[in-house]
Formats: sequence, C-alpha cells, structure tokens
Amino acid sequence: MSRQAPLGAPVIAARGLERVFEMGGTEVRALRGVDLTVERGEMLAVMGTSGSGKSTLMNILGCLDRSTAGSYVLDGVSVEGLNKNQLADIRNQRLGFVFQGFNLLPRTSALENVELPLLYDRSGRDMDTKALAAAALERVGLAERMDHDPSELSGGQQQRVAIARALVTKPSLVLADEPTGNLDTETTMEIMALFQELNAEGVTLLIVTHEPEISHYTQRIVELRDGRIIHDHPVAERGDAATDLLERRSLEPVGAP
Amino acid sequence: MTLGNLISVAGASIVKNKMRTVLTMLGIIIGVSAVIVMVAIGAGAQGQIERQIQNLGTNMLVVTPGSTASGGVSLGGQSGSGLTVEDAEMLASQSFLLSGVSPVISTFAQAVGGTGNWRAPIYGVAVDYQTIRDWDVVQGEFFDETDVRTIRREVVLGSTVAENLFPDGDAVGQQLRLRDVPLTIVGVLETKGQTAEGSDQDDVILVPYTTVQNRLAGRQFVSQILASAYSSEDVPAAQAEIQAILRDSHGLAPNEADDFTVRDQGELADAAQETTQVMTLLLAAIASISLLVGGIGIMNIMLVSVTERTREIGLRLALGAYGSDVMKQFLVESVVMSLGGGLTGVAIGYASSQAIASFTGWSTAVSVPTVILALGFAGVVGVFFGLYPARRAAALDPIEALRYE
Ligand SMILES: Nc1ncnc2c1ncn2[C@@H]1O[C@H](COP(=O)(O)OP(=O)(O)OP(=O)(O)O)[C@@H](O)[C@H]1O
Ligand SMILES: [Mg+2]
Repeated sequence: MSRQAPLGAPVIAARGLERVFEMGGTEVRALRGVDLTVERGEMLAVMGTSGSGKSTLMNILGCLDRSTAGSYVLDGVSVEGLNKNQLADIRNQRLGFVFQGFNLLPRTSALENVELPLLYDRSGRDMDTKALAAAALERVGLAERMDHDPSELSGGQQQRVAIARALVTKPSLVLADEPTGNLDTETTMEIMALFQELNAEGVTLLIVTHEPEISHYTQRIVELRDGRIIHDHPVAERGDAATDLLERRSLEPVGAP
Repeated sequence: MTLGNLISVAGASIVKNKMRTVLTMLGIIIGVSAVIVMVAIGAGAQGQIERQIQNLGTNMLVVTPGSTASGGVSLGGQSGSGLTVEDAEMLASQSFLLSGVSPVISTFAQAVGGTGNWRAPIYGVAVDYQTIRDWDVVQGEFFDETDVRTIRREVVLGSTVAENLFPDGDAVGQQLRLRDVPLTIVGVLETKGQTAEGSDQDDVILVPYTTVQNRLAGRQFVSQILASAYSSEDVPAAQAEIQAILRDSHGLAPNEADDFTVRDQGELADAAQETTQVMTLLLAAIASISLLVGGIGIMNIMLVSVTERTREIGLRLALGAYGSDVMKQFLVESVVMSLGGGLTGVAIGYASSQAIASFTGWSTAVSVPTVILALGFAGVVGVFFGLYPARRAAALDPIEALRYE
C-alpha cells in the first residue's frame, strides 16, 4: 500500500526505544528499551496495564512524539533527525490514526471530516479529494451518511467515519489507541469485523487495547509492563468478528430490549 | 490548504458562533463607522469654511487696530481704536495697488420702523464696501459717492433685518429710525449666510460712514478698514503698501512695532482651516482608539476560540497540518472578522454621514481614500491582534492538544 518503501521491508523497525518524561525534577521512565518489528499486512494488539506505556509507545510510533533514546525506522524512513514539518508530512502520507474519542470536527459533515487529511497533502499530486473521501466512506459502509454531521451519527458510525479518515490517504500503517473504548459490545464487534476486513485487504493495523476479547481478533499480541515488552506472541486461535457477531445476534431473543 | 479552504473554515467557525461574532465585530464596526463619519464631518466643515471665506469678498485685506503678534484671528473689532477714518481716506488717496478702501465704523442701536424694533450692528462704510465684500443688492441700490459726501440719511439693510422689519418685502423707500434719526432705506442686500464662527452676516445695517460720524450719536469706533487689491497676485504687495502708509500716518519710528494688523483672506482661511484640521485630527484619534479597543475584543475572542478548539488543533496537527497551517487558519479567521466589521462599519458610516448631511445641511463628504484607509486599518488590526492567538495555536503540542478536555 505504501508508495516509497522497499518491498519486503518491515513497516515498523524500532530498536531500544526509551522515553523519559521530566516532571518537576523527577524522571518518569515510560519506555525502557522497546524493540518492535511489524511486517506489512500484520494486525497486532498492544496490551498492558494502565500506565505500562502503551500510549507513549503509540505516540512515538505515530511520529507525534520522539523517543529519548533508540532508533525508529518507519516504512524504510529513519525518523530521528526529521524536523517538525517533515514529521507532519510522514503522519499525513504514511500514517492513519483512530482515537478512542473519535475526534471528529463538530458541525462538519462526514464527507468533510474524511476529506480533512487530504487538504494537508503537500505531495502535489492531483486528486479529487471529495471523490476519495466518498470512496473511503463507502468502504466503511457509510455511503448513505456522507452529509450527516457527527451529532447525527451513532458512536459506531462516528468511529467508522474516523476509520475512513484514517484510510483515505492509503497509509502504510493505521494506529488505533483504544478504538472501541467508548463503544458497547455489539458495536465493538462491528468495528473489529471492519478492522479484520481491512486487514484482509492488506492494511497494517496496530491496536492498543486492554480487553482480551479484542486482542484475540488480531494475529499477534505484544504485552507491555513498566515500559518493557514482556510478551510478544502470535494469537493461537484467532477469532472472526463477523461470525461472532452473527452468532451473538441469533442468540438474542427477538424483540429483546 | 488553499486560501479558499482557509476562508471557508474561518467562515464556518464564524457562522457557528453568530452572536459572539457579531458582538466581537461590533467594536470594529463602531470604530470604522466613527472614523468614516468623523472624517466626513470634518471634511464637510472644511468645505463649508472654505466657501465662507470665499464669500467674504475678493482679494480682500483686513486692517484691524492693535498688533497681533501670534496667529489668532479676531474678525470682530477691538475697542480703544487705533484706526481712524483719516487712515482709510489716506489709504484710498495714496495707494496704487488698492482697488477699493472702506472704513467700518461699528455701533449698535435699536432700529425702529416697519413692523417694530430690531437690534442689529450698524456699520458706517464707504461705497467701496460693496465691491470689496462682493455683495449684491437685490432691491433698490447701494448709496453712491454723492450720498457719502453729502452725508445723506440713507441706509442699506442686510436681508435678516429687512425680513424682520419688513416681512412684506417692501423695505425700499420706507423710513427707519436709528437713535431717533430718520433714515431712508435705499437698498436690501442679498443673503450671505453665516460666517465661519456662526454669526449671521445678514443681520446688519449699512450707513454711509459720514452719516454715522455726523448724524448718529453714541459710542463709535473704526473697528476695521477693508480694502481690496486689484488682483490676487497684488495682495502681498498691497499688504506691504498698507503697512507703509499707515506706519507713516501713525508716525511710527522704525524701531516701533505696528499698532495695527493687516491680514489677507488666505491667512483668515489658514487660521480657520487649522482649527478644523485640529478638530478632524482629534475626532480621528478618538475613532482610532475605538478601533484599537475593537482589536483587543478580537484578540480576546480569538484566544477563547483557540482554547475551545484545542482538540481540533491537535487533530489537524496529527493529520499532517504544519504549525503554519494552523496559524494561517486563525489569522484568516481574525482578519475575516475584522474586515467583515470594517465593511459593515463603512456601510453604516456612509449611511450615517448621509443622514447627518440631510439633517444639518452640511455637505459631509465620504472620500474613497478614507474608506480604503479605514478598511486597511481594520485589516491591520485583525492581523495584529490575531497574531498572538494564532501563534499560540500553532505552538500547541499535538499530543497534549488531543488529550485536552
Ligand atoms: N506527558 C507526560 N508527562 C509525564 N509523564 C507521562 C506523560 N505521559 C505519560 N506519562 C507517564 O508515562 C507512563 C506511561 O503512560 P502511558 O500513557 O503511556 O500509559 P498507558 O499504558 O497508555 O496507560 P492507559 O492504559 O491508562 O492509557 C505513566 O506512568 C504516565 O504517568
Ligand atoms: Mg493510554
């Protein structure tokens, strides 16, 4: 899916990542040497207790923050030494973000929300931003809701708009920090089914979660504790969210609240 | 992001907070409309004064008693006269550059005649007074040299006096009593209107100066000598000539200062214009201050807007916006707001000027440069007061901004 990376190179190649926060004289070591390699087309879950450093790692992998030590090569590009604007370009071209709180612009249509990252594209390529945004919305099943404001959409629909926004630039990697944290069980499964579909189409996905039910829909689980990776293993029996969803719906008595 | 995108984002944000936007723009609206109205009034007043000065007479020189070292204008006379009728007669007989000379002997008296009484200033003048002041007679005629020489009891009325004592318009040929002296009305002057100071030039009674001197009792003095040069180029030389003749007639030694003052119309105009310019400047300064206050209002609301939209800023940065994109977004918003206020202000200012013009009869003039200046100033205010909030927005850290509640 990426445009420039050498074929076969990993999307993420991080070595010895450390992140130290200075807080009024005391040091908080949020990451203490993280090695992580993610291949193209992988779908993995980052797990761990609260405060273990999941978000900190995500921010560094998402080029929103810089590590205080270690090296990070994203999609064949060494990220250290890039300036603010170069990082902004990397985020715009190679990364997609899905947030727990959706982060859609209020009183702005779904279509315009999805179009937003394309408006900051500086590659100079010719594109029909509206058509691309419409295609991305169609992909997440919201073709009928393009003109709706976020306030007119359910939580699940809002998160779909956010996913469409993350996909519209055809990024090398989609990062999702607790994407289902604000959703009920059924909607969570719908979103996971969408993620699995996208992954099957080749999208590389990294999902932060602390729910095991979510992580078992991924291929691989990386577990953090105190800023270190303590487990990194493939998922033994990967679930299929679409099947589980159908099953769940058939179990529910008809007309139940 | 293209400028079009930026403007539509700014427009959307402005429209979403209509009430707030209108209140914020109010400062700029008031400031700009105040600038437009005040400059228009100032320009109107200036035009008015110019016309009045033109109205005073042609190539006119005014000699007043007493030396006036500094620039103050005293159009009225000073008591304790240093000027005499002989001075005027000497100027008339000795000068080469003056086409006309007239003393103005001032006195006050109750005029009785026609429908009743009227109190007006009485000026004893020579025949030349009419040409110097360029003042037409609409009924009857002005008194002539013979009338002056033979001390005839004749009088010419200003239009205000004529209207008040003879509302039927039949003043000419009728009698008028001044201090119990009966005089015959021979003419009525055309209406001149008010002076720059606002006094009524038409509230006047003109009598041959010889008649005032010899027939009317009471306190009287030569308040002015009016003269006119042959042409406007002759005015400075004529001024010097008057000075020389009068110094000679007053027997002043070379080291003594003049005991009279000679002014030409230009100086009168300058002094009057200086006053209105100071007034215009003052009004413009007040208006500018209100623009400044409007700017501070914009800055305040932009800071609020940046805080409110912290998460939006964080999102835009995460999606690949540069700091400069965010900065432009907020700058455009503040400039759109200030220019919107500016345009509204111009419209209101223009309408108010027209309204004031139609109520007062002044010719208020809204000039294109003023409009451009006011709009430009509003734009500069928008940029200047938008800059700090915009820079603050651009400097936000995306992670913290995204986390902001
Ligand atoms: N900006 C910061 N300044 C100081 N300390 C920070 C900062 N951000 C994170 N930390 C600290 O770093 C550690 C890791 O935080 P992080 O947010 O990565 O945890 P997390 O695994 O995402 O937790 P959660 O599951 O609650 O989201 C915590 O101890 C936190 O207090
Ligand atoms: Mg977290």
